[in-house]
Amino acid sequence: MGETKGRALSTKTVLKFISDNAIIFLIILLAIITWANSQNFASPDNLGNLISNVAPRFIIACGVSGCLITKGTDLSAGRQVGLAACFAAMMQQTLDYSARVFPWMPDMPWVAALLITVAIMACFGAINGCVIAFLKVPPFIATLGMQTLVYGICQIITGNQPIGGFKESYRALASGNFLADQLGRWSRLLPYLLLPALLVGLFMWFLYNKTRHGKYMYAIGGNENAAQVAGVNVPATLIRIYVLAAVMYALAGFLIGSKAGGASTATGTGYELEAIAACTIGGVSVNGGVGKVSGILIGVLVFEVLKICLQFLRFDPAYTFIAQGLVIIVAVALDLRKYLAKK
Amino acid sequence: MSEYRLEMTGVVKTFPGVKALDHAQLKLRPGSVHALMGENGAGKSTLMKCMFGIYHMDEGEVVYEGEKVQIKGPLDALNRGIAMVHQELQPIPERSIGENIYVGRYPMKHGIMVDHEKMYADAAKVLEEVHLNYDPRAKLGSLSVSQMQLVEIAKAVSADCRVLILDEPTSSLTAAEVEALFTIVNELREKGVSIVYISHKMDEILRISDEVTIMRDGQYIGTWDAKGLTTDFIITKMVGRELSNLFPKRENVPGEVVFEVEDFTSINPKSFRHVNFQVRKGEILGVAGLVGAQRTELMEGLFGLRSHTTGRITYQGRELKISQPKDAINAGIAMLTEDRRATGILGVLSIADNVSIASLNQYLIGGIMLDDGKIEKLVQDNVAKLSIKTPSSKTQIQSLSGGNQQKVLISRWLANDPDVFILDEPTRGIDVGAKYEIYCIIAELAKQGKSVIMISSEMSELIGMSDRVMVMCDGRVTGFIDGAEANQENIMALATQFE
Repeated sequence: MGETKGRALSTKTVLKFISDNAIIFLIILLAIITWANSQNFASPDNLGNLISNVAPRFIIACGVSGCLITKGTDLSAGRQVGLAACFAAMMQQTLDYSARVFPWMPDMPWVAALLITVAIMACFGAINGCVIAFLKVPPFIATLGMQTLVYGICQIITGNQPIGGFKESYRALASGNFLADQLGRWSRLLPYLLLPALLVGLFMWFLYNKTRHGKYMYAIGGNENAAQVAGVNVPATLIRIYVLAAVMYALAGFLIGSKAGGASTATGTGYELEAIAACTIGGVSVNGGVGKVSGILIGVLVFEVLKICLQFLRFDPAYTFIAQGLVIIVAVALDLRKYLAKK
Repeated sequence: MSEYRLEMTGVVKTFPGVKALDHAQLKLRPGSVHALMGENGAGKSTLMKCMFGIYHMDEGEVVYEGEKVQIKGPLDALNRGIAMVHQELQPIPERSIGENIYVGRYPMKHGIMVDHEKMYADAAKVLEEVHLNYDPRAKLGSLSVSQMQLVEIAKAVSADCRVLILDEPTSSLTAAEVEALFTIVNELREKGVSIVYISHKMDEILRISDEVTIMRDGQYIGTWDAKGLTTDFIITKMVGRELSNLFPKRENVPGEVVFEVEDFTSINPKSFRHVNFQVRKGEILGVAGLVGAQRTELMEGLFGLRSHTTGRITYQGRELKISQPKDAINAGIAMLTEDRRATGILGVLSIADNVSIASLNQYLIGGIMLDDGKIEKLVQDNVAKLSIKTPSSKTQIQSLSGGNQQKVLISRWLANDPDVFILDEPTRGIDVGAKYEIYCIIAELAKQGKSVIMISSEMSELIGMSDRVMVMCDGRVTGFIDGAEANQENIMALATQFE
């Protein structure tokens, strides 16, 4: 609340602050209500579970955010996550597992599997970027096509069969906790998954705020034509953004596969919409040029806290969807109001 | 009933950072042509948009046919008999001429279906009324821009209006088309229509109008009977001071030729072709021409925003290969575009981002990380040097006034220390005080030895600021005039030299 510094808090500024962040206040309120109803809500197990859910979704949302900031979108995010999970899964099956997808696949460390997955997915991102930057296909359509295309590829390579039988070393990546010996049950608050999410967050913050790429990205979102006149290489920047997004999906898919202990064509379904919604709730403007990494994190948190709260309050999962849908619409309506007021 | 058909008084309209209208007024008599005059940014179009209901005024009242009214929107205005032909056309080129004329008020049958037969029959009648021989079923996009403009006028006429606003209707018309327009205007006047006529062309105004209202900086200056008015009188009233004090004293000394363009031709046969010109070190080259003369297109071509087929660009004898803006920037060229909003400012971004975007390579630490301290220093230097009025370097550029936005954009290019500045309408939409500051900056650039190419549609600006004036007409360079000898007449003669 830097704006009110040095001034007495007037009712108006307080009200404005609340209405600008209405969704966040509502979620905090909901969390408090849930906590009051069920002591278990604040248990290390539950909060650790929340962190584990937030981590991969935050990584995906970070990927999508660049597309959104440049007035684009990426509808292929969820399917790419699914495909990445399947690729990673195939490379991390135990050698003696009877239903190996590729029996000839040699044993490889998880790092190699991760790097290969990232490399493959980056190609899909590059295709998205090129189609959008050079063929000028609107991002909505280009990535819609990619979504369907990736799903088809995923069905072919998996033969429509779920993939299981992971090596213990891969499984442990997403299920372990830091300092498990020292902290006991409190170590649940430090799942391994926290680390990649944290690194991605720091990397994205640096990229968006401290590098040319970040400035160019915001410039394209603010006014693509003006950015071009100012000498920004618009196509190259867009391609970098979509490749980076795909790299994030690859990482998220790799982790999700590990956490779930299996992967299938259904993995990641609908994640793109959750990620886009989370970004928007977190203040990434649908009008382009605006969006912060901290906002993205808040957006993802809002969504996951909402889900867990409604679960604890024993709502039918169907109601969770209704609540999520309402949150998306209300959040965007509130966001747009900030711009409409200026006309 | 009063002697006026429509009276607007005490109109105030504020946009973020600008007071566009400050107690403006306009009183229209039936059956008369009323010229509304003022410099760019004087508030003429804004006042008309208030009359037509596109903008809602903050203060003021409208009395229409003796009754105080509030015009809620364009449809409301049309229903009341007020029609407007916009300065910037807003047609739908993919639809037919008839549909464009009746869009939003289609004739209906059975209450739900559009009656196409009636629509096209009516459209044909309307087109005939204004002496246009077009097929109403033809696509609007098949017409030229000036023909579209005439269709817009037919559309206004078809609304059976009692007040007709013509906002710069002749800007893209040829001489013959202007005559056709004047015939229509005269016929409408005889039918008792009140016509508001906005134009910059003095001869037209003096020929067609009955009364003249002059505005300056959003304020009402006065209304005069058109008979007996002189061009000088109107200009003095529009500008508000003697012309000689409008421009700073220039101390630049043009040196040797440094920037040369030879046989520069667009890939579009209707655009610029076989353009040859030279600019000296420390020279301000004005570029004059009517709308459609392809001046902007030529400059965008030089800057790599448009493609060309043939042509050589050299700086100090070195040939420049330019296929995108980046190449031009690396070659030491800067370009301030014509439409600040569309191709200049990064609206939601901060002043700091807007200033630094074209020169980020200079602030890298270790080739990766941007030095925020260096950027902040650059911004503060420019804020001080060009006296940019802004609360902080983090302020969004869109909240600044037009003049300050323009200074930010100039800072953006200064950071690159270019040799050649292309300025396309550098003072468009900027109020008079800020204009003078922009002129001072331009004069200073030339004094420092930069080559300045300045497109302008304001005669006074061209004559007052240029060392030489290059005149274009229909994609060709039709001549050069020495700055000291340039005047409205010799520029217009070259600007209308059609093939």
